[in-house]
Amino acid sequence: MYREVADGNIIKEYVEWIPALGINFTFLLDGLSLTFVLIITLIGVVVFLYAGAYMQDYEHTDRFYVYIGIFMTSMVGLVVSDNMITMFVFWELTSISSYLLIGFNHHKEKSRKLALQALLVTGGGGLALMAGLILLSQISGSLEISALYDLNETIRNAPTYTAIVILVLIGAFTKSAQFPFHFWLPNAMEAPTPVSAYLHSATMVKAGIYLIARMNHSLGGTELWQDTILIAGTLTMLFAAILSFNQMDLKKLLAYSTLSVLGTLTMLLGIGSNLAIKAFFIYLVAHSLYKGTLFLVAGTLDHETGTRDVSKLGGLKKLMPVTMITAALASFSMMGIIPLVGFIGKETVYESILELDYWGLYLIAIAVLANALIVMITILVGFKPFWGTRVSTPKEPHEAPIKMLFGPAILAIFGLLMGIFPNVFIGKLLDQSSISILSEELGLKIKLWHGFNLVLLLSIVTLFLGIVFYLIRAKFLHITQNLKLVRILKPSEWYEFALNGMMYIAKLQTKILQNGYLRNYIIFILVTAVGIASFSLYNVRSELTISPDFSLTFYEGAIALIIILSTFMVITSDSRLKSIVAIGVVGFTMGIIFIIHSAPDLALTTFAIETLTVILFVLVLYKLPKFLKFSKTSAKLRDIIIASSVGIFMTLMVLYITSIELTSEFKKYYTDTSVPGGKGRNVVNVILVDFRAIDTLGEITVLAIAALGVYALLKLKLDDRDE
Amino acid sequence: MFSVILSTASRYLLPLLLIFSFFLLLRGHNEPGGGFVGGLVAAAAYALYFIANGIDEAEKLLKAEPVKLIATGLLLAIVSTIPSLFAGKNFMSGIWLDTNFPLIGKLGSPLIFDVGVYLLVLGIALKIIFSLAEEDK
Repeated sequence: MYREVADGNIIKEYVEWIPALGINFTFLLDGLSLTFVLIITLIGVVVFLYAGAYMQDYEHTDRFYVYIGIFMTSMVGLVVSDNMITMFVFWELTSISSYLLIGFNHHKEKSRKLALQALLVTGGGGLALMAGLILLSQISGSLEISALYDLNETIRNAPTYTAIVILVLIGAFTKSAQFPFHFWLPNAMEAPTPVSAYLHSATMVKAGIYLIARMNHSLGGTELWQDTILIAGTLTMLFAAILSFNQMDLKKLLAYSTLSVLGTLTMLLGIGSNLAIKAFFIYLVAHSLYKGTLFLVAGTLDHETGTRDVSKLGGLKKLMPVTMITAALASFSMMGIIPLVGFIGKETVYESILELDYWGLYLIAIAVLANALIVMITILVGFKPFWGTRVSTPKEPHEAPIKMLFGPAILAIFGLLMGIFPNVFIGKLLDQSSISILSEELGLKIKLWHGFNLVLLLSIVTLFLGIVFYLIRAKFLHITQNLKLVRILKPSEWYEFALNGMMYIAKLQTKILQNGYLRNYIIFILVTAVGIASFSLYNVRSELTISPDFSLTFYEGAIALIIILSTFMVITSDSRLKSIVAIGVVGFTMGIIFIIHSAPDLALTTFAIETLTVILFVLVLYKLPKFLKFSKTSAKLRDIIIASSVGIFMTLMVLYITSIELTSEFKKYYTDTSVPGGKGRNVVNVILVDFRAIDTLGEITVLAIAALGVYALLKLKLDDRDE
Repeated sequence: MFSVILSTASRYLLPLLLIFSFFLLLRGHNEPGGGFVGGLVAAAAYALYFIANGIDEAEKLLKAEPVKLIATGLLLAIVSTIPSLFAGKNFMSGIWLDTNFPLIGKLGSPLIFDVGVYLLVLGIALKIIFSLAEEDK
């Protein structure tokens, strides 16, 4: 398969799902997808292997493997889907499995809260993405992403272009934790370490970047697209690196450096030149390899020593030699030291920034600063725990079991090999990926050694600055740790504010609309229904040509008289029992009306229902307090107005409707097919149990749930509510 | 309030009403009736018995828990949809078996469906009535 894709073929698979809506499982494997698939599966294997040893002390590890399996499947699905809806489904599945994995220690309230935060941010972005994709599909008329390939011009000129770009980018930025949605990623470190290594550094957070790269083809080329990505990426790159300065936790340090790298990758896509895409590609692969390794190393340290606080770790090199070497290899790659793949990555990043005329100078300064801070993080995570004086730790450290050593070591060695033989490993894939992103082949060779030039000098400056940052960090920590950002500037505060605001509005509207008084519910429902219906009918009054039939037979008149009399009885009586009997009378006379109009089934049911209703009412009555008059005159007046307007409205409606000669084909169809098709002469019943049985099934299910609800309400003790 | 007349009468009325409700259920396919009305009539029969003899007697007589009746009814209704799948027809299409036997006549999956509705309606009505009545204790 690798051969085929490397030779420029695109592999397509197709399974129908909902063809009527154009939603199908269309899977497409090109250079870009294959690169991601390889990253996902390689690191997936390593993480699985590692988790086998790491997760031993956890409860419910079976769930862990299920969740991470779901994640792996959906992540692969995401990067190979060619259908937008299928991709969106996989996209949300990765969010959901990430939620389950962050909240894996669900007995801790903090875990649950932060898991929810990650879910709400990424899930909310997912909704925006879906809206964007739907708008996009309306332009192309197809849900396939590959159908967008030649439509760049059309899409850019479409009136919805701005909306599409904003929506798609919200989706991508939330997923890849770009400013201002970055806050969820460091918080997601609450997850077990293999999860952080896999989801929150190597794969899932790159889904947003994958999306930008994939869509670059059809949406890119405008200032709106390129500049937005460029600015968001640069901001994330810089601020994440600065924010890492104060961190003491190994995983938090790594998380901020991941954020910074994600920002760099986004920025490179924003630059969008050939060289930038090349840098993007190499940096992407390099980062997945070294960051996965370092996270796992952090997990090993945590597992063996019992702490993740960098200030409490040191001098472990003799005790954990294999881990030390692995960490060193990955760290060299992360710092960009020759001959690891990270070196090539950083060189090309600098090179592509220097190509820019206008912004180049500022950007290069920002990039060097951010990368120097990353170097500082690397020293803290990759070297400090192993060198220097030995510090006592909660657990007596020793080398980790082989399962936990093997995986990270493999990844680190890959990083080394890729640096020395770049063309063997990623040359072909780079060519094919650039076709997917830019629709042209770059023809650029990847080289390890570029010679002595400005870029190399910058690399050295970066390293030097990073070491300086590391050395002065200890002195400045007590100052910087007291610095607090103004609350309004922190996006996580905006999140809190939005969440609280939502709860407040929900409470407010529940208080108004559903305050627990049944009479208010009824008033709201009736007034809304009659108000809207009569308003829309009033607007079309000129089209009304028929006049209602007011003729009355003797029986109808008599029944109407009984109904009117008993209704008066209901509202004037001073005893509840009398009222209920009178309501029963109304019900039974209604049944008689059904008989007169030859609907025996309906009449039969009405009689049965009325009987049971009266029994139920009496049972309820038994429990009610003594009858008192509560209502004020004004409330009564209001009720009279509402009740009579509903009554008059419904009466007029029925009169008008019945005076139209209804020509329904259904009536004829059901009468004709009842005996041959349903083997019964009672059309009503045949419809209920055969022709429209699925409706009946739905209704009886609702009834069953309603019965349980009634039971629950009756058994609810009101004094329990305060808890 | 206990009435000897009502109590005695209800003992004879209950089986009669139940037979009537079953009759309604079975004849529903050709004449007015059906599972829904049948279930309501059966529920009314038990309700009458309960009014005459009290809640404990009525619950003892019913033997089954109303909730179980609801569940059984729902299950039967769903089960009745399955034969059509085995017959290779669309989901929920009626399957009929003509036994050509006097009295029994035609049997079909819609009948099972209707029995399900009958049990469910009976269960729901009794569940509500019984839980209201139990509150008094």
